[in-house]
Order: sequence, then structure tokens, then C-alpha cells
Amino acid sequence: MYNFEIERPGTIEEAVAALAAEEAQALGGGQTLIPTLKARLAAPAKLVSLSGIAELKGLRREGDRLVIGSGTTHAEVAREAAEAYPALAALAGGIGDPAVRNRGTIGGSLANNDPSACYPAAVLASGATVITSTREIAADDFFQGMFTTALDDGEIITSVSFPVPQAASYQKFEQPASRFALVGVFVAKFADGVRVAVTGASEDGVFRWSEAEAALSEDFSADAISGLSVSPEGMIGDLHGTPEYRAHLVKVLTGRAVAAA
Amino acid sequence: MPDGGIGASSKRREDVRFLTGKGNYTDDINIHGQAYVHFLRSDVAHGRIRRLDTAEAEKMPGVLRIFTAADFEGVGGIPCGWQVTDRHGNPMQEPKHPVLAEGKVRYVGEMIAGVVAETPAQARDAAEAIVVDIEELPAVIDMKEAVKDGAPKVHDELESNLCYDWGFVEENREAVDEAIRNAHHVTTLELVNNRLVANPMEPRVAIGVYDRASDEHTLYTTSQNPHVIRLLMGAFVLGIPEHKLRVISPDVGGGFGSKIFHYAEEAFCTFAAKAVGRPVKWTCSRSEAFISDAQGRDHVTKIELALDEEGHFLAIRTDTYANMGAYLSTFAPSVPTWLHGTLMAGNYKTPLIYVNVKAVFTNTVPVDAYRGAGRPEASFQLERVIDKAAREMGIDPVELRRRNFITEFPYATPVAVEYDTGDYNATMDKLLEMADVAGFEKRLEESRKRGKLRGLGINCYIEACGIAPSSLVGQLGARAGLYESATVRVNATGGLVIMTGSHSHGQGHETAFPQVVADMIGIDPSMVEVVHGDTANTPMGMGTYGSRSLAVGGSAIVRATEKIIAKAKKIAAHLLEASEADIELKDGQFTVAGTDKSVAWGDVTLAAYVPHNYPLEDLEPGLEETAFYDPSNFTYPAGAYACEVEVDPDTGKVEIVSFCAADDFGNVVNPMIVDGQVHGGLGQGIGQALLEHAVYDENGQLLTGSFMDYAMPRASDVPFYKVDHSCQTPCTHNPLGVKGCGEAGAIGSPPAVVNAVVDALQRAGHDVTHIDMPLTPSRVWAAMQQG
Repeated sequence: MYNFEIERPGTIEEAVAALAAEEAQALGGGQTLIPTLKARLAAPAKLVSLSGIAELKGLRREGDRLVIGSGTTHAEVAREAAEAYPALAALAGGIGDPAVRNRGTIGGSLANNDPSACYPAAVLASGATVITSTREIAADDFFQGMFTTALDDGEIITSVSFPVPQAASYQKFEQPASRFALVGVFVAKFADGVRVAVTGASEDGVFRWSEAEAALSEDFSADAISGLSVSPEGMIGDLHGTPEYRAHLVKVLTGRAVAAA
Repeated sequence: MPDGGIGASSKRREDVRFLTGKGNYTDDINIHGQAYVHFLRSDVAHGRIRRLDTAEAEKMPGVLRIFTAADFEGVGGIPCGWQVTDRHGNPMQEPKHPVLAEGKVRYVGEMIAGVVAETPAQARDAAEAIVVDIEELPAVIDMKEAVKDGAPKVHDELESNLCYDWGFVEENREAVDEAIRNAHHVTTLELVNNRLVANPMEPRVAIGVYDRASDEHTLYTTSQNPHVIRLLMGAFVLGIPEHKLRVISPDVGGGFGSKIFHYAEEAFCTFAAKAVGRPVKWTCSRSEAFISDAQGRDHVTKIELALDEEGHFLAIRTDTYANMGAYLSTFAPSVPTWLHGTLMAGNYKTPLIYVNVKAVFTNTVPVDAYRGAGRPEASFQLERVIDKAAREMGIDPVELRRRNFITEFPYATPVAVEYDTGDYNATMDKLLEMADVAGFEKRLEESRKRGKLRGLGINCYIEACGIAPSSLVGQLGARAGLYESATVRVNATGGLVIMTGSHSHGQGHETAFPQVVADMIGIDPSMVEVVHGDTANTPMGMGTYGSRSLAVGGSAIVRATEKIIAKAKKIAAHLLEASEADIELKDGQFTVAGTDKSVAWGDVTLAAYVPHNYPLEDLEPGLEETAFYDPSNFTYPAGAYACEVEVDPDTGKVEIVSFCAADDFGNVVNPMIVDGQVHGGLGQGIGQALLEHAVYDENGQLLTGSFMDYAMPRASDVPFYKVDHSCQTPCTHNPLGVKGCGEAGAIGSPPAVVNAVVDALQRAGHDVTHIDMPLTPSRVWAAMQQG
């Protein structure tokens, strides 16, 4: 780790002001950023810790939506969303290990947009809205490729607003070492159709499998996708799986998610 | 027998401090005035150092001194402890292994410079400020490419990248070829024994200390064998005589072989402490451990097994490429040769065996012993090829093994070792019962209903451990003896201290050794303490590896205790005014045979140190004895293992649903500790079979340089094991009748896992005869797609 300044603002406004400084970096739960700093792979001059901002924390119902503050930990979501949005709670309860779940936050995960992270699949499949310090961004516009989002410099995610689906499930096939998603598929069924989002698989980060969405919107059963296939083109190939294997898993896990939803 | 003697599952007394965070590990030690070193390591696998400029870095805050190879002129290289002779009678090629890179870098992670500074962060900052310009050269990674004509050379001064071409038994070569040519059936298997990173929980640490007043050096280090480090570093690297060099290895958090070796960081800290005039401490990070701890296995092998019509083994021929990495680590040359070729007979009567091993230098981290060391490589290929042969010939795999079992002992194998004792049918019988093999078909059906493929893998293993007879290993190229030592000191009030040359880094010596001594004398084990890990207060010993502590170190303790008892009987005879020959020791009482006259252990020990009524003219006062024990043979633990798996046909994911191990360890001192040793070995064997793999890209970058990509086994990856060691054929040549147990699990389990997965796929109609480890979901799925 290199030396850095740290600020601990108490409000969103103070955080935004602090982030205006040169080479300032927002710090959520630190589950990605701190290891990166320890390995000296990043050298921000100033860290702006968001963990002291009360208004970023907690879950609340807003009509038929579930709104989750960006500073809410995975463990809190796992515990407190269990009734309102069980598939989302299950996803949160399967991220990392207890230490990660008790520090890591939904906002941090989304802002980082790791191509193997779980939350992006839930947000995209739910058609959630990402609310920031300056605007509201639809999930379909938020994720822009590996580690890339629509966020501007100094813009902070404040909460995520999820429409709650009629039925949903997240199926994660773990990469054997990191236990991140080698492939993860989130299927969400709404009155007006089904959304399917895939994480871990594509070189472009989380994406929607539109053919499966169309088929499942007609017939919400695992059989409905049996005739479909996913192209390995553009899929990640690495030590843990070839593009072909990942493409195959997308279909297997989508079927399982439908069956489990 | 007192409570807690031989055979008792006493709880491990050392666990109290380990489990309450009170262990004293090397990194817990801080010496007044210590400075810290950070090493600048090469980030390219192969290159020529064109420029190394430390001028700016030396001006950085807190920097005390920066060392480069130039500072180590006149200092020796890191020595290799074993010289292998090739099949033509020539010594292996043995390049110099400098403390800091001299002119060239040869693997990612090799140390180029060491920065000593006031704080770790200052040392690291300055290391980053060193200007180093390296002309990159093509890296040699693939072993078969490395030995081709014209391949780039890892060491310019050597003839080639071939360290040695070893043949064993060379005289059998033609007879083996002939037997294979003429056999009824030959089964061939090509396989990879995957490269592994040991990853003990505690990374390495070294602290060098120099005392100007006494001219004495002290090295604190995370070693499995502090005396060996003292000898290698003192005599071969730094030129410090043993009486001026003390090596201390306090609590050590796991080694698995990787902490046997003498590492350059140890020599650096010892050297720099004197040069800087301050204690110098190095603490390895996990990332650094991945590129600096010696790694394990990495063999590419072709094995052929020739059989007659009835399935009797006629001959075995194996060809192996063994990766040495860029330099020869301490025992690296012995692993693919004498620890591997000598085990190729396994549990079977095979009259003709020929083993060829080509050891190869590559631009990778040095490779050396890792739990099992050579024996897992032998066991894996043998037990896999037997399984394949059984399928090809339509013979039940268990029956084929039984048909070839060695049943008479002692048995001299055609590969130079003599098994003293064993009963392979007994462990197989036990295993079949434990694993409920008879009920397998029913479980298979049940798995099918749930859409899972079920498979059963069974195999045997044998290993040679309790290393080793010094005269034998000397003939084979070892540059050290492999005896063990013990001093047993009895105090005036009857308590004892065992000062052992063995070293515990997870094996439970502090519990098991007192059980032995207490049992011999008939006292409570709490009266016995163990001292180890410090060359200043233990006799010269060879340390702990090769499952040797109880078989060799324990035998030394027995011999020393026997001397204690013999002397104590003389004292007792004097006190009882009886003849020494009539004195019996039982339950801590010396009794005159056939009488009720007795004295207690404590009376005798007190007399030894307060010799008022004592035969001073015939006997020295005091009660302290030392013994060195050199084994006359290896011990040969053996057993049979069964693994049952379920494979998800959609994803290729393997789940181990059951694992049973029936081992013959001879006599057992503490069954609970033995269970734990087997559990740990099985965990590492399953890790190798399913998860672990150190992978380099073609440029020599380690792709699996952290736990994000190097998959370690976790609790959820392994089943609740069923282990048994009730089949006991005691070792015939050591006083305890014990065999080693530390490596067995890691030796016997990988073939069981692979046999089980292949079985599952074949039962489901896939034409799959082998999958290379680790059997990741991706690999298993790919195998299913191909056949």
C-alpha cells in the first residue's frame, strides 16, 4: 500500500465535495479496493470512505419496489431482503465469505462492475434503477463492459431501486479458486415478460440473453430454452473454462434458474 | 501402562497455545533494533541484466543499505544436497544458484536486490525506485521443448537444459523392452502430474541477527530442519562454523516439504545483519510465496504395463520428464529419482522394471519435495495404468491388483528396495468393508435417479518413508546423513526433557514423543517435555520430512530412554542393595524381582543428582543420555483407498461423496494424531486431483499467482473421511515397530479420485480413459464432449 489521505464524510454532499479533489477515490466496503491497494496496483492520493454516511444504508419498500442503500452490506441484504426479494437475498448470501459479506456493499460491487460479480446480474435482470448523487440510471444503460459503468468521475451511487418480480432465481457456478461466478444467471419473471442476465461469461461483462428472454416470456419453463444455444464467440476463455464451456453453462444455469424460480 | 502412553488418543497439548493465538511463530519475534528487507524480484522469466542502478533508491528515506550480487562476491551459491548420477555414469549438471541474481534472471520471482531499511514500507518504496534494465530472452517453459536442440539455455554455462538423464535399473533396460515387445497385453498411459504450490498457512520468515561481541550469528527461520539449514548455510554459503551460528525454528505453521530447503532469503538476512550491524527481518507475503517457495510435482510421464493372459504383471517401463525449475533446490534431484523410481513396484510382483527420468531446467520457480515427494508420482501412474489395464482386459480392478499382490515378506523389489513387512490383502479386505463396495450398485442407481453419474475408484499405494539409512542414501548421492538424534534429560525431581532433532510443524511431537517415554518408564506423560527447533539446545538432527519423525526421531528417543533406564536401574540396585540384573521397572517403580522391595522413579532421579548414597566409584552422577539412530531400512506403510464420486453431467462438476482409507502404519502411538495426519494428506491429495494447479504462460508468468486463480481445497470440497489403521504389520527394524503416516494420504488419494471419475464417465457410456489433474469441471465436461 502507498500512503494516502483519507476522508470520512457524513453526508452525500460532503462525499461529493471530497471526491472533487485530484486523484480521489471512493471507498465502499473495500473488498476489492483494499486488496488492490495492498498489492500496490492503485495509488489514489485520497480515499473518501462512504461507510460513515447514514443515508446510504439500509433497505426500504417503496410501493412495490425494494430500495437498497448503496452502503448496505451483502450480509444485510441477505438477511433483510429475504422476505421481499428472496432471490436477491440468496444471491447476496452467496457472495464471497462471511468477512466479505459483512464488509462489501451493493454500491461498491456495482460501481466496480467486475465481470464475474453477482450483483450486476441481479440489477440487470431485475431492470433495476441505479440512483446516484446526480441522476437515475436504468440498469440497461448502467453496465458498459468489464469494470466500466455509466458513472461519471465523482458520481456516487446512493441506492438501487428494484422492481420485485413475480418469480426469480440466481444460479451461480463458482470459479473453483476465487468462488466468483464462472458463470451466473439471474432469471426474473415479471407480469410483462422475463429478463435473463448473465455474469461471469462475457468479455463485455454482464449481458442479457435476449433469445432466452423471448422464449421464456412465451413459456416460463426450462423446456422453453432447450432448442436455444449460446455462441461461444465473445465468451471469456481462461484457465477455469473455455468459451465453449461458459456458453454451455449459460444455458444449463438458465434452465436451472427457471426451474428454481 | 500409564494413562496417555503408547496407543492413547491423547489430545495434542500444543493445540492449547495454537488455538488460543499464543503460538510463537517466527514473525512474532522482533529483535530490538531490527531493520526490514524487501527484495526486488524479477518480473521477467528470462533475461540479461543490462543495468542495475541503486543510486536514487539509496537516497530514499529510511534506507540503510541496498545489496546486489556485487555485494555477495566470494559468498557461495545456495547448495544442492543431492547429486544424481545419470545413466551414463556422469554427474548431473549443477549450475550455480547465487543468493542474488548474477548477470541473468532465470524465473519470475528471482531476487535481484535486497533493500534494508528502517520500515517494511520504506524498504518496499526504495526497491521500486531501483533502476533495472533487463534484456528479455526467450523463456523456456515446456520441458519437452527445453531439451530440443537449439532451445534457449536457462544456464549459458551448461551444455543444455537437461540436468540429468537417469535410468533405473539401467541393467534391466533391454530385458524390459523385450518383455514389453513380447507381452500378451500392454497398457499405455500418458499423463501429467500437475505442478503444485504448497501454501502452508504460515508464509516464510527469516530474521538474521549478529552479535559483534561474540561474533555469533543467529538465524530465526521457518524451517522444518534448523540443523540442516545451519550446516548448508554455514558451511557452503557464508562460511560460518556451526559453533558461531545458531538457527532457531520456533512454532512453524505447516511446511509440507516447502520449508525443508535452504533458501537464499535466509542467507541474505544472516549476511546482511552483520554487514548492516542491525538485525534484518524478512516476512514473505502470500503473493511472494507463490513465486519464491519451491513448488511441487510437475512430471510428464508415459507408462507402459505388460501383462500375461491372466493379468500377471510382466514388466513396467516409464518415461518421465521432471521439472527442476531454474535452479536445483536442496533435494530436488532426489525427488524424481530415488524417491520415485524405487517405488515403481508398488504393492505388486512385477519382475522387470525400468524407469527413465529426464530432469529439465526451465525458467520457472525451482521444484522440490512436496508432501509425498516422488512417491505420489509413482503411485499415481502405477495405480492409473493398472486401472486402465483392468478395463482393457475385462478384469475387475480389485481382482487384478490382488492377483499381483506381494504376499511374502521380506520382499526385494526389482527397484532396489526391500519391503520388510505388509499385508495388502488385509487392508484391501478392510477397505471393501468400510466402503461398502457391495452396496455400490444400489447407490449408483440412486444417483442415476437424481441425474448424477456415480463412480467408484479403488487403488492401493505403498511408500518408502522414515528416511533414511545414511550409508544407502550416501551411495545414491545424498550429501547428508539421515539419522536422527535425541537427548533425554532427567531432572532431579523426576521430570524429563526430550531434546530432539526432529521438528514439529503440525505433527504433534510435543504430545506423541512424551507418550513414548512415559510408556517406557511408566510415568505420566505430563512429566515429559519436548524441546525442539533450536540448534543451541538440541543435538545435531536432520529434521522432519519424509514421514520420519516417529520412525527415526522416535527411535532415537527410545534408544536414549533405554540408556536412561539402564543407568537408573544401576542406581536403583544400589539403593535397594540388590543386583542390577534383578531390578525391574514397572509403572515408575523399580522393584527387586520376586520381592516387595522397591524404590520410586523420583527416588532414583533424586539420588542421581544428590548422590549421597550413590555408587560414585562406578557410576557418574546425573541422568542425561543422548542417542543417534540411523535406520537400517525405510519403513513401508501401505494401504488401500476408495473414492466415490458423483459427477454432474451438465457441468462436469465432481463431488466426492465418500472417501475411505485403510492404512497399515504398523504400531500406532497416538491414533487421533494419525487420523489427523491422514485427513490432512487426503485433503492435499484431493486438492491435487480436483483443484490445484500452478500454471505458467509461455512467457514464464505464473498465471495462478494468488488464491483468486490457484484453487486450494476447502472444507466443502472434501467429505467426512472414513479412515482406519487397524491392519498393523509392525515395522521389523525399528524399536517401536512404527511406519510413517504423514504423507500416505497425499500419496494414495489422487489415483483414487481419478479412477472414480473415469469410472463414473465410463459407466455413463463415455469413452474416456484418462483426464489429467486437476479434474476441474471444465476439463471433465470437455472430456465428456469428446467421447
